[in-house]
Amino acid sequence: MWSYIARRSIQALFTLLIITVLCFILTRLSADPLAQYATNPNMSAADKEALRERLGLNQPMPVQYFKWLGLAVQGDLGISFFSKQPVLLMISQRLPNTLKLMITAEIITILLSLFLGIIAAVKQYSLIDNVITTFSFIGYSMPIFFIALGAMLIFAVKFKAWGFPYLTTGADIWDQKDPTQYLKHMILPVSCLVIISTAGYARFIRTSILEVLGQDYVRTARAKGLSNRVVLYKHALRNAALPLVTIIGLDIPYLLGGALVTESVYAWPGMGRLFWEYAQRGDFPVVLGVLLIISTAVVVFTIITDVVYTFVDPRIRLT
Amino acid sequence: MSSESATSDTTTISSVLTPQQLIWRRFRKHHLAIWGIVGFALLLIFIIVGSILISDKKANEVDLKARLSPPSQTHWMGTDSTGRDIFARMIHGGQISLIVGFLAVIFSVSLGAVVGGAAAYYGGWVDIILMRFTEAMLSIPSLFLLIVLGKYLGRDVQTIIVFGRSFSGSVGIVIVVIGVTSWMYLARIVRANVLSLKEMDYISASRSLGASDMRIFFRHLIPNTMGAIIVSSTLGLAGAILNEAYVSFLGLGVQPPTASWGNMLTSAQSFIQRGAWWMWVFPSLFIIITILCINLIGDGLRDAFDPRSNRNI
Repeated sequence: MWSYIARRSIQALFTLLIITVLCFILTRLSADPLAQYATNPNMSAADKEALRERLGLNQPMPVQYFKWLGLAVQGDLGISFFSKQPVLLMISQRLPNTLKLMITAEIITILLSLFLGIIAAVKQYSLIDNVITTFSFIGYSMPIFFIALGAMLIFAVKFKAWGFPYLTTGADIWDQKDPTQYLKHMILPVSCLVIISTAGYARFIRTSILEVLGQDYVRTARAKGLSNRVVLYKHALRNAALPLVTIIGLDIPYLLGGALVTESVYAWPGMGRLFWEYAQRGDFPVVLGVLLIISTAVVVFTIITDVVYTFVDPRIRLT
Repeated sequence: MSSESATSDTTTISSVLTPQQLIWRRFRKHHLAIWGIVGFALLLIFIIVGSILISDKKANEVDLKARLSPPSQTHWMGTDSTGRDIFARMIHGGQISLIVGFLAVIFSVSLGAVVGGAAAYYGGWVDIILMRFTEAMLSIPSLFLLIVLGKYLGRDVQTIIVFGRSFSGSVGIVIVVIGVTSWMYLARIVRANVLSLKEMDYISASRSLGASDMRIFFRHLIPNTMGAIIVSSTLGLAGAILNEAYVSFLGLGVQPPTASWGNMLTSAQSFIQRGAWWMWVFPSLFIIITILCINLIGDGLRDAFDPRSNRNI
C-alpha cells in the first residue's frame, strides 16, 4: 500500500512538471502581458522596455519558467499585471464563492440523481424510467449556456416583465455580504449546474444499480425471502454505490475550478470567472496560478480516490 | 429476423454471421440509435439543401432597419442584433459547426490512435513519457485548456478562401484547438487495446514472417481496435460540436461574420435581457438536437460493437 502511494506520488510529480511546462508555454506566449500599456500615451518605448526588464519579461523563456516554478513551489504565484495584487490572495478571495456554489450544487446533484437513478432502475422500462432516461439523455446533450441563458430569460427577464417576483440576472450590483442577496443570486446558477450534472449522474447510477441487481447474490437474497426494500438498500445499493465513489472523487477537484460558463453568465464572483476575465487580458500569472491549483488538485485527488476505493471495496488490492 | 435474411439471400446459405453482420444486427435492434440516424440525416438535408437555396451572402447580409425583429413571414427565425437573417445563419452556421466537428474528430482520433498505439507498441520510455503527457493533458480541465490554447493560437487570424468562399481563419484554429484537447481518452483506449493485442499469436506470426513495425501497426493492430475507435469518435463528434459551441460562445472560437451555432449565441447573451428569445432558442435547439442524435448513434454503436451484449440477437 505505502509503496503504491509512493510510486504514484513520484509519477504525479512528473505529471505536474509536464503540466507546469505546458501551461507556462501556452499562457506566457498567448498574449503580451504589457498589452494594456500599448495605447498609454504616458509611456514611451523606453519606459516599456524598462518595465519589461524590471518584471523579468526580457529574459530567456527557460529562465523565466524556472524562476516562476521556484517561487510557485514556495507558494508564491506572483503578482497580477492588471490588479497588482498577489495571485494567491486573489484566488483565496474567489475560492469561497466558488466552493459555496459548487458544493451546494454537487450535494443537491448527488441526492437528486440517487433518487432518480434508483427509481429508474427499480422500475426499469416503466413509464417513469423512460421519462427519466429521456430527460437525462437530453440533459446530457445540452450545453450549459442553453439552460443558463434560458433560465435567465424566463425567471429574471420575463418574470420581471410579467410582474412576478423575479430573480436577478447578475448584471446588477449586489452586496456579497448580505446573506439573503447572496442566496438569491445562487438560485439560478445552482439550478443550472444541478440540471446538467444530474443528467449524467442519474444515468450512471441507473446503469450501475441494474448491473448489481442482475447478480447472483441479489437473486440469493431474494430467494431467501428478503423484502425488496432490504434487497435494494442493504444489498444492491451498497455495491452499486462503489463506482459512484470514483466519479465523485474525480469530480471534487473540478469543483475548485468552478463553472466557467455559468459563473460568467451570472457574473458570479468565483474562480471560473476570475480565470476567464484574466485570460482575456492575457494576465499570465493569474491564469497560470488558477491552472496550477486546479491541476494539482486533480492529480492529488486521482490518487486519493484510488486509495479510498480500496477501503470501500476490499476486493481491490493495490500493488 | 433469420428467416428474412434467408429468403432474401439465396446464393449463400450460411448460419455463421460475420462480425460485421453481427454488429449491424445489434445496431438495428437499437431503436433509439436508428432515430438518431434519422434525425441526423434530416439535419444534414436541412443544411445541404438550405445552403443550395440560400447563399452565404444572404447569411451575412446586414440590415440595420430590421435588427432584432422577432420571427415573421420574411425572417422565419427572426433577425440578430445587426439585422442578419437567423434562418440563413442557422444553415451556414450549421455547416461550419459540423465541418469543425468532423475535422476536429479526425484530427483528434489520428492523434490519439498514434500516441496510444506508439506508447503500447514500443513500451518502455516511449510509453512512460507519452502516458505522463497524456495524463498531464487530462489533468487540466478541458474548458480551461480550450481557452488557453484558443488564446495562444488565435493571436493573429487571417481570412482563408476555400472554394471561392471566404472563411475566418479562426475556423482552422478551432479545429486544431478542439483536436489537440480531446485525443487523450482515445489514446488510453487504443493503448490498452494494443497492449492486449500485441501478445496475440498472430502478431508474432506476422513478425516471424518479416513484417515491419509499420505494417503490423497499421495492418493488424489499428484495424483490430477499430470498434473502440469508431465508438469513441462518434461520441467524440458530439463532444467536438459541443466544444465548438463553448469556445465560440466565449468569443474565442469561430469569429464573426462567419457564423457558427456557438458564436450566434454569444450575441444572444447580451440581447436576452431585452427579450430577444429567438436569438437564443434556435441555435441552442439545433445544437441540442445534433448532439442528442449523435449521442444516440454512439450509444447504439457501443452496444453493437460490444461482443458481450448478445442479448438482442
